[in-house]
Amino acid sequence: MNANRMADRIASLMLWLAGVTILCVLAWLLWRILAGGLPHVSFRFLFGRPREIQVGGGIGPQLFNSFYILFLSLAFSLPIGFAAGIYLAMYARQNRFTSFIRVSIESLSSIPSIVFGLFGLLVFVNWMQFKFSILSGALTLALLHLPVLVSVTETSLRAVPVSYFEASLALGSTKWQAIRKALIPAALPNLVTGVTLAAGRALGESAALIYTAGLSVSRRFPDFDPMSAGETLAVHLWYVQAESVVPDAKQIAQGSAAVLVLVVLLFNLLIAVPSRLLQKRLSGGK
Amino acid sequence: MKWIFVGSATVVLAIIFSIILFLGLQGVRTFRDVSPVTFFFSTEWLPDENRFGAFSFFFSTFALTFCSVLMAVPLALSGALFMAKIAPPWMRELMRPAIDVFVGIPSVVYGFIGLTVIVPFLAKRTGTIGYGILPAAIILAVMILPTVLSVAEDAIRSLPRKLEDASYALGATRWQTIWRAALPAATPGIWTGVVLGMGRAIGETMAVFMVIGNSPQFPKSLLDSTTVLTTAIVKDMPHTFYGTTWNNALYLMGLCLLLVSLSLILFIRVVSRRGERL
Repeated sequence: MNANRMADRIASLMLWLAGVTILCVLAWLLWRILAGGLPHVSFRFLFGRPREIQVGGGIGPQLFNSFYILFLSLAFSLPIGFAAGIYLAMYARQNRFTSFIRVSIESLSSIPSIVFGLFGLLVFVNWMQFKFSILSGALTLALLHLPVLVSVTETSLRAVPVSYFEASLALGSTKWQAIRKALIPAALPNLVTGVTLAAGRALGESAALIYTAGLSVSRRFPDFDPMSAGETLAVHLWYVQAESVVPDAKQIAQGSAAVLVLVVLLFNLLIAVPSRLLQKRLSGGK
Repeated sequence: MKWIFVGSATVVLAIIFSIILFLGLQGVRTFRDVSPVTFFFSTEWLPDENRFGAFSFFFSTFALTFCSVLMAVPLALSGALFMAKIAPPWMRELMRPAIDVFVGIPSVVYGFIGLTVIVPFLAKRTGTIGYGILPAAIILAVMILPTVLSVAEDAIRSLPRKLEDASYALGATRWQTIWRAALPAATPGIWTGVVLGMGRAIGETMAVFMVIGNSPQFPKSLLDSTTVLTTAIVKDMPHTFYGTTWNNALYLMGLCLLLVSLSLILFIRVVSRRGERL
């Protein structure tokens, strides 16, 4: 009996240790990235133009392209992902068609991003003649996070109590009115959290964008033309330390890494956490 | 209104089929010039001499995935048990967003950390170049940790309460309950997490690219420069022209990655369905 209790104690200790280890790894990673990179981040670095061979190049166009591609891709994928999610949560019956769609969404979300990159290269860049451009990149990225948006929409709609929906119907609303006026507002905090986390992930995407958005930037800055070349910050980070010849490549890479992580952290803290708290208050502190 | 929704859902279906179709058509063209036996079983990757044997890439992909899963699963599983059964609420509130941040850190940043910290460390410790499967597996283990952890945690958390109550009622300690009752019952869900993690490891590109060395050769040890399927695509793509055998071979690798990830998803479906029957 005593041995059992001893084993219990030791096991608890080990599991605590595992939890603390995970937190420590994260803290170490963040410290490493931010402490190494933040000293290189300045106004000139953030908004300056990159240089080919000299020291002191900035990441302005890349930063702009990252957000521009993200914005465009969300413009493509949000309506479709949203609608497909509503369909799965509210309209779909248990039949072959529905389960087929579910399998496709799961498969789509598990496909490696380099495969999306190849598809984008084949279809958008070569076949549709969009070349290496912001548009090609945005379309490819849209495909990449479409399945995430669908499942975020579906799960946040399903998390709303059925009574909301029934009450709305009882007041004489149509199904669509009930979804629009009762379900979507109640699901909004979860939706915002999910979309933000997906957007943060999309911002750091690189493998799908190298051969669709390209490895160069437009000569003008900011350039809103979706047909111009659209290297993003994540791609730039890889490119600058792998291929480029600037002498301060390491500093640029460190600075870019810090900026990328900072943006992800901001997305998490400024949007995802408050909406989680709001959700908690709305659902009565559970 | 309903038809808009149905239409959108169908778009998702159309996308996956067109990906399979386009990559498939492009990829199988490789077999016009290269026999499947050569492609899958020869280690000679000499595109300039028209020899396209991709066996090293397949082997390294497999070895890398295996190593990273081996490293990630023990910690991820302990973390999942900790979060589901032992952690007090405040600790859980701390770990949930931490895991979101883990997932949010871009893969190039993981690769950059590997390149600037882990590779020099291994080089100094072992006296080799420091590139290879080992640093890539360490980086990948960190990257797939949150995937395995959160799926496994969900699986453990969704077990019916009566299972544990019964175990406690028989006089079991908390650890005995976790080990003998909760863990076996959650096995299908844990498998799902592990397989999803494997899928991520197989498909990860940029982080691996930066630490694996990128020589198109069969790795002699864990610290020998080699190439996996994903990085072969990234590395060779700018040197090829559309329509050449070399280019098609890269699409064929993409197709293989696609088929592997699809079969992993089917595997998960089978396992979880078997779990439901229990």
